[in-house]
Amino acid sequence: MRSLRGWVSVTDLDKLRERFDEWVREVLEPAVRKSPEARPRFLTEEGLEVKRLYTPLEVEGLGWNYIDKLGFPGSYPFTRGVYPTMYRGRAWTIRQYAGFGSAEDTNARYRYLLSIGQTGLSMAFDLPTQLGLDPDDKLAWYEVGKVGVSMPSIKEMDLAFQDIPMDRISTSMTINATAIEILSMYVAVAESRGVSRTSLRGTVQNDILKEYVARNNYIYPPKPSMRYATDLIMYAARNVPKWNSISISGYHFEEAGATPAMEVAFTLADAMEYVEWVIERGMDVDEFVGQLSFFFAARTNIFEQVAKFRAARRMWAKIMKDRFNAKDPRSMMLRFHTQTAGVLLTAQQPLVNLIRTTLQALAAVLGGTQSLHVNSYDEALSLPTEESVKLSVRVQQVLLYEAGVIDTVDPLGGSYYVEWLTDQVEESAWRIIDEVERLGGMIKAIELGYPQREIARASYEWQLKVEKGEAPIIGVNTLVEEGLPSVKVLKVDPKVRERVVFRLEQLRKERDPVKVRDSLDKLRRIAERDDVNVFPYIYEAVKSKATLGEISQTLREVWGEWRAPEVY
Amino acid sequence: MSVSTTDVTPHVRVSRRKVLISKLGLDGHDRGAKVVARALRDAGFEVVYLGVHKSPEDVVEAAIEEDVSVIGVSILSGSHLELVGNLIKLMRERRINVPLVVGGVIPPDDVNELRGLGVFDVFIPGTPLKKIVEVFERACEVGGS
Repeated sequence: MRSLRGWVSVTDLDKLRERFDEWVREVLEPAVRKSPEARPRFLTEEGLEVKRLYTPLEVEGLGWNYIDKLGFPGSYPFTRGVYPTMYRGRAWTIRQYAGFGSAEDTNARYRYLLSIGQTGLSMAFDLPTQLGLDPDDKLAWYEVGKVGVSMPSIKEMDLAFQDIPMDRISTSMTINATAIEILSMYVAVAESRGVSRTSLRGTVQNDILKEYVARNNYIYPPKPSMRYATDLIMYAARNVPKWNSISISGYHFEEAGATPAMEVAFTLADAMEYVEWVIERGMDVDEFVGQLSFFFAARTNIFEQVAKFRAARRMWAKIMKDRFNAKDPRSMMLRFHTQTAGVLLTAQQPLVNLIRTTLQALAAVLGGTQSLHVNSYDEALSLPTEESVKLSVRVQQVLLYEAGVIDTVDPLGGSYYVEWLTDQVEESAWRIIDEVERLGGMIKAIELGYPQREIARASYEWQLKVEKGEAPIIGVNTLVEEGLPSVKVLKVDPKVRERVVFRLEQLRKERDPVKVRDSLDKLRRIAERDDVNVFPYIYEAVKSKATLGEISQTLREVWGEWRAPEVY
Repeated sequence: MSVSTTDVTPHVRVSRRKVLISKLGLDGHDRGAKVVARALRDAGFEVVYLGVHKSPEDVVEAAIEEDVSVIGVSILSGSHLELVGNLIKLMRERRINVPLVVGGVIPPDDVNELRGLGVFDVFIPGTPLKKIVEVFERACEVGGS
């Protein structure tokens, strides 16, 4: 009788092992003696030693089972993709992260992006907007419109979406500590144009936990911030059903230095914390989890990145099914956006970045992403120009139309190497999640500085590898050219601040001050309790033309501000 | 934890090696600042790391309080000209006569402009740690009196 494991029988495996040993003796060893390999060891970025060759022995030999490990796309455990036909049925969304200056500048860039074939919008906000400061705040002065659009009021949101069909386009917003204010502005503008909130499609990042670990755009301490984030998740579940109420982000961990397994582990640990909070607050898991989405980085190391995406999908499915007893398959689907890794862009020989981002984008697509941003080649120097961002869109279009990578689902599935790597990333990530659990969950771990320390360590180790040339980077530590790069860079119009502040002053004069005061007073009273959702009250404040800074200030006064312990 | 830093160990020893590393402005990207702080520490400097969301005023106050020989600021938000311009103005007003170094996402034209403002050196992405440590060495010699 033949006992089957996977799709290769044990007898076949025995035969294979015999033939493998024979190949090593008769073919490999003489060849290596004659011409040795370039290095004694080949390592992935995680530090895993890669074998010279992968065969069914590495996967099947370990009792590997196709149905358990891979299954079919659109079915548990979703390793091969979240949709049954993947890109044959629906292309990923071409979604370039954009926004700078005032609402007019940003509107012009959005219309340009749509005109060259972008299929979704992704809003970048300036730092004052992300930190709940109006552009005329003393702390905001230097930063208005620099890394994104300034968005102090509903009026600016209206301008940013002039002549853009909010009923047809999906919009992603990188906004966290002020996510409810910004989503309220978007919903209010859409409804003023006759587009109902139930039909709106898009995403707010709303992932405050990663801000404490990596990105540092937080306002309030972790507990009130979690209440704020989960208020949004719960409000969206019942009122904005097609909206992704959070984009749980590994990208920023990777950018801060996390290894692929850390990126997956800390992201899923954050996700578990959000899910637990919402369940604790009384919502059924299948009522909101389908609206959670994810966000990862794509680095140049293609196969490990593909393995990372596949492992993340499989792990999330298991977490939702086994730990949270989700019943709806949609709750088990890890849908994600990808951005190519900004940290891998070089200021030196900037055009080489185009080649890097193409490979990174390929990894994202082979990994089954739902939407994609490709960094522009000039972004180690400044915000991208129209010319450079057009090439980023074209990278995506070449992949979509010319490369044949969409023709079949999960084309690397079944690669002995990629399956082995997927298992390895998963195993390493579970170990990190176990450690987070041991510490009492992600909030506790953050308070103890565990993810911060792990990421800082990995980041420094990577830098030392770059210093020693063990991680070769063209233009930086190998194939170096002298002199500063010459590229045309984008300059943000210095008049932006005046323009935005002028409009803000106008708004303050025009609005009904009693209505504004009442709405903020009401919000303050709600924020002081913890059993009422703040979303509708922030929405009312936004509609009464209270500014972003005024709303955040009201919450700051109740909830306080977070000052992070500085570890390096 | 200890990591081998033979490659970044300085070859000159100077008497005062206390430096300030800070983010400047609202930008939260602190990977570069942290790596530099750690490399300087491992190379034997005394490092005061201020962290994120610091204004020019915060940096100047800390520089006075800690009596440092060099100030290093990191900016990735594109606001470097205005932030550094004001920082230098404040440093002059408060008579802090120590070298200032700047790192971050800084276009080539602005690198020259920052140098024109009196910045000791500017590090763009990809600058080797070894070079950064050497520049801090030289800056300490200038500012360590």
